[in-house]
Amino acid sequence: MEKISTVTGVAVPLRRSNVDTDQIIPAVFLKRVTKTGFDDALFHAWRQDPEFILNDPAYQGARVLIAGPDFGTGSSREHAVWALRDYGFDVVISSRFGDIFRGNSGKQGLLAAQVAYEDVERIWEVVEAEPGIPVTVDLVERTVSVGTLTVPFDIDDYTRWRLLEGLDDIGLTLRDEESIAEFESHREAWRPKTLPIREPAESGSL
Amino acid sequence: MNAAPPNGVNTSEARPRTLAEKVWAAHLVKKGEDGTPDLIYIDLHLVHEVTSPQAFDGLRVAGRPVRRPDLTIATEDHNTPTLAIDRPIADPTSRTQIETLRRNAKEFGIRLHSLGDVEQGIVHVVGPQLGLTQPGITVVCGDSHTSTHGAFGAMAFGIGTSEVEHVLATQTLPLKPFKTMAINVEGTLRPGVTAKDIILAVIAKIGTGGGQGYVLEYRGSAIRALSMDGRMTICNMSIEAGARAGMVAPDATTYAYLKGRAHAPAGADWDDAIAYWETLATDEGAEFDAEVFIDADALEPFVTWGTNPGQGVSLSDAVPDPASIADQHERAAAERALEYMDLAPGTPLKDIHVDAVFMGSCTNSRIEDLRAFASVIKGKRKADGVRVMVVPGSARVRLEAEAEGLDKVIEAFGAEWRFAGCSMCLGMNPDQLAPGERCASTSNRNFEGRQGKGGRTHLVSPLVAAATAIRGTLSSPWDLENDGEVR
Ligand code: SF4
Repeated sequence: MEKISTVTGVAVPLRRSNVDTDQIIPAVFLKRVTKTGFDDALFHAWRQDPEFILNDPAYQGARVLIAGPDFGTGSSREHAVWALRDYGFDVVISSRFGDIFRGNSGKQGLLAAQVAYEDVERIWEVVEAEPGIPVTVDLVERTVSVGTLTVPFDIDDYTRWRLLEGLDDIGLTLRDEESIAEFESHREAWRPKTLPIREPAESGSL
Repeated sequence: MNAAPPNGVNTSEARPRTLAEKVWAAHLVKKGEDGTPDLIYIDLHLVHEVTSPQAFDGLRVAGRPVRRPDLTIATEDHNTPTLAIDRPIADPTSRTQIETLRRNAKEFGIRLHSLGDVEQGIVHVVGPQLGLTQPGITVVCGDSHTSTHGAFGAMAFGIGTSEVEHVLATQTLPLKPFKTMAINVEGTLRPGVTAKDIILAVIAKIGTGGGQGYVLEYRGSAIRALSMDGRMTICNMSIEAGARAGMVAPDATTYAYLKGRAHAPAGADWDDAIAYWETLATDEGAEFDAEVFIDADALEPFVTWGTNPGQGVSLSDAVPDPASIADQHERAAAERALEYMDLAPGTPLKDIHVDAVFMGSCTNSRIEDLRAFASVIKGKRKADGVRVMVVPGSARVRLEAEAEGLDKVIEAFGAEWRFAGCSMCLGMNPDQLAPGERCASTSNRNFEGRQGKGGRTHLVSPLVAAATAIRGTLSSPWDLENDGEVR
């Protein structure tokens, strides 16, 4: 995972709320078994419409997506993050994110910056007045700047640190391998195990 | 007989705690410091073909094994056909995902229930049916409806593919504690009103974002009176309120469901387990971060009119007028939803004709759901021009239903009796709505295009699905009673 500290690039104002993961990437694309090559799938249904903002030449090569509230709700599909990443987005700005989506983002190097709704409105206005104007998202300072406007964003400290350091999750956890083994040594006999395979008791309901 | 205090439980702790806090504490491998998350142990990891390929891929690339194959189980569900299951899967991408899962399960030593196997089915139906889902455990799956398993008093939540990889490699997850919300449902449901109506009413009340960051604990006399299948329906849709998980404290109903199931504790283990399970209920005086109250006596059959599960009303109501919605985002969402759904404000819901009825999904495809559906349609014929599909949640549920003769009732009604899987819940297999088609569905999501591109979904209970299939318009069993009266 690459380190992120600041991102500067074209920003797309997506004036829609409640953009669920089915809209970000429809289920039909979940059939792939690789982690890349999802850029064409992003907002697939909406992109059929030539008027859809992502089809506007002014916003080509965008790195920042500025969405309405409740972005990334719905299904847990991580493909939503891959699709955004593959398309070229490094940052999504919204006043509220779906929990799972936000978690997935941090792990894939996509910065989910939570910005107060009034500030999102202000950023939209600036960007719409001058499409293609560069927007800078500074993870160190936790700010979004465009033109003369600078607003703060929220991100939890841990995710921020991870993004800044470009740290892989599993490696981090495996540093605690001893604690895990310790915990497992106390796991009660009655807790469920999938193996060996057992058959239901005669008297069982099934 | 005396259960030793489980891991992480500080028996001297005096502060009253919630069910969720207790389960969390019992799975704490390492407490987070300075804003880092806690490391939480995972008791049960459920795997399916859609969200796992990239996770296994990641393990392979890093040369990591699966840490606990004995706490992991996989089934095929999202892509599986529900007809002609003995033939090769026609769609090449579906086939690839399933073949990839089979290869990965073999390579990494994971138990897999494939198409044709008696334990194959929707992952959230299979875990409980095998007795693997138990009170007080932690359950994860790369699927948001993992919240279903919370019906047993488990802490169960959906994760993304990189977390799937993380759990495969470490059997743990770094997590921040969730906040807790009590959903108190007091009173008695009227006949014809079900668990599905409770949860649709909860979501309409708190909104699709209302549960964000919370574990919901469903409490109160109406919840206690529910069967396990009903509790699963409710917990299943917790995610539709934005919550990470939903839980119900275990009780005699839970134990009766589990006893004798293949992977439920047996012998002395059973007694030890019960002794522990009895300690899990939220303590008297424990504080929740938020509370919601629902009057069960007042509930009616519920139905959604829009494109998110929070856009629902009682079936006896009309399609709301967006102009009456104060919040600007909700108003805009309602306008967009009505356009997509092709509905005019003020239309009585009962005047809405459907083209299809889908009875299935991890919300409502268990044996009790099928029994409820069959009880309404028995001896009747479906409405002309309405396509009715009944898809059991697992191969075992299908067998059980057939042993009770439900398949005969369903076929005599004119409905299609299918093989187990997710089917038209998300239309990854050939079971899809055509553009513009309208469906009464017992599933959990009415998002745009969810059941097929351009398809329109009304979320309903199995009883409403059945009555709707009979009348061809959104209906509840109450309307059938009225039909029967000679006027
Ligand atoms: S039935 Fe539907 S909601 Fe449930 S796991 Fe399958 S696709 Fe997901």
